Amino acid sequence: MSTTLPAKEMPINQSALSSGRVMTKPPPIKAARSGPMADRIFGVLAKGAALLTLAILTAILVSLTVSAWPAISKYGLGFLTSTTWDPVKEEFGGLVMIYGTLMTSFIALLIAVPVSFGIALFLTEMSPAWLKRPLGTAIELLAAVPSIVYGMWGLLVFSPVLSTYVQQPLQALFSGVPYVGALFSGPPVGIGILSAGIILAIMIIPFIAAVMRDVFEVTPPMLKESAYALGGTTWEVVSQVVLPYTKAGVIGGIMLGLGRAIGETMAVTFVIGNFNQLDSLSLFQAANSITSALANEFAEAGEGLHQAALMYLGLVLFFITFVVLALSKLLLAQLKKNEGAKT
Amino acid sequence: MTTGETLLRAAALDEVRQAKYSQRKLVNRVALTLSLMAMAFGLFWLFWILFETVRLGVGGLSLATLTQMTPPPNDEGGLANAMYGSFLMVMLATFVGTPIGIMAGIYLAEFDTKGWLANVTRFVNDILLSAPSIVIGLFVYAVVVSRFKSFSGWAGVMAFALIVIPVVIRTTENMLQLVPSGLREAAYALGAPKWKVILSITLKSARAGVVTGVMLAIARIAGETAPLLFTALSNQFWTSSLSEPMASLPVTIFKFAMSPYENWQKLAWAGVFLITVTVLGLNIIARVVTRAR
Repeated sequence: MSTTLPAKEMPINQSALSSGRVMTKPPPIKAARSGPMADRIFGVLAKGAALLTLAILTAILVSLTVSAWPAISKYGLGFLTSTTWDPVKEEFGGLVMIYGTLMTSFIALLIAVPVSFGIALFLTEMSPAWLKRPLGTAIELLAAVPSIVYGMWGLLVFSPVLSTYVQQPLQALFSGVPYVGALFSGPPVGIGILSAGIILAIMIIPFIAAVMRDVFEVTPPMLKESAYALGGTTWEVVSQVVLPYTKAGVIGGIMLGLGRAIGETMAVTFVIGNFNQLDSLSLFQAANSITSALANEFAEAGEGLHQAALMYLGLVLFFITFVVLALSKLLLAQLKKNEGAKT
Repeated sequence: MTTGETLLRAAALDEVRQAKYSQRKLVNRVALTLSLMAMAFGLFWLFWILFETVRLGVGGLSLATLTQMTPPPNDEGGLANAMYGSFLMVMLATFVGTPIGIMAGIYLAEFDTKGWLANVTRFVNDILLSAPSIVIGLFVYAVVVSRFKSFSGWAGVMAFALIVIPVVIRTTENMLQLVPSGLREAAYALGAPKWKVILSITLKSARAGVVTGVMLAIARIAGETAPLLFTALSNQFWTSSLSEPMASLPVTIFKFAMSPYENWQKLAWAGVFLITVTVLGLNIIARVVTRAR
């Protein structure tokens, strides 16, 4: 229609064309749309809110560095490799806590990632429709349980059970075996790296599972149905169609979980044992993490080197979470590049 | 090639295919069984934790728990001041954090989706999102508490708000991006100004997701303990002044649970029960409300 209309009009009046061209340019309506103050104010507010997040991050980095400066200038990077933590003699090194944080988070991921994937697979592909919602909600509720509840439950209910039914049998089984035996040495009291790792795993499963389920669900049904129509089994469809399609989201979910595990405070504080020495690599050994050292000592530490050292630990913790995030972003960029190369 | 040879070859091929097929089916069955077990594993912990919370928590509950102040060791008392403190700080932090988070989310989804500022903001927000809450506590200690030489409710509110903001930004942005752009374009085509399109079309159709995000943020801070340890600290008595140290349920539970006194431990379990019921209830209500609309 639009092609016939000008063709008809053209012979009648040549100037109609030029006026028609003017008409297609948005006249007063456009001015009314972008002009008013309300729009500009709204835009400024939105931008201001975005800039505020940048300001918050800068403020956090600056204030932590300033508060930690006495410790940073005294110990430098040696702080990260020293295992001495002696508030009485004012000697501080953070390796024990850094090791505790990384090890517990690693154990947590080792357990949580496969389990979360299984849960997401179940919820998206296997579960009958009427069970999807209640089961999904139940798993999400696991994330809603406050960490202090995990902590108290972990200390008073879970660790005795872990000690009796897991740690003691494991110790009996591996006591003479070299290397592996060392992992399970130490007092099997249910408090230490292993129990902290397990509880962290339970805490991050819902985060990872929820993200995985959500991204699995946004996979276009057309893609999945095509794969099924070609004769793929459920597992093949998920592992070869859904997972590649959603890997960015999946990795995002895992990183979200890892970040939470690294920064988790209360649950770890209850069950890790708050023991500032690193004598063995045993998983049963009571240890300490950055977060639990902060939670236990900060309020009591007077202003001075002790507090500065704790602030330094906080800065290290922040840095670790930053590195985790940056790595995940790099990885995602890499994956995207590969995607392009394959097709 | 004779027909016999062709048939033989076809049969052999068929056999290979059959073997391959049954292997694929086996792999599938193993994977699905493992997935079922993973589901059971997840549910198992939820039920165990809830069971113990109810079993040990209900015993410590009484009217006094809701009406009396936190007691000294080996004395009668309740958790009234802690509950009030928690409620007040969570509410104020939500009121402060939600609008900022939604506006920043709108900026990322509607104003500047691919520019450098948007990318930087997104990255920074991810950092803040994964920032440990205890670091937020340290920050607020450094800028507020150590400056004013006093732990205070306001410091607690500030720490909570800093946790709410990135959560809300993330969910708002994600939810707004799910809104089909056809909807936006239709509204623009009708001549609506941008703020109106965003507020009454895109934000409205993403409402369920945004509300869920806010609810989840509330549920998260309601159970947070770590950022309060160095900000609001705790208070044994009733206070409605936000410039004094303020009691909160999680910090009280922490203090009581680690103590050797039996009445404190009992109250801690009662507190754990209350906080679990509140937070889980909030989660369930959020879901029901957003679905009903």
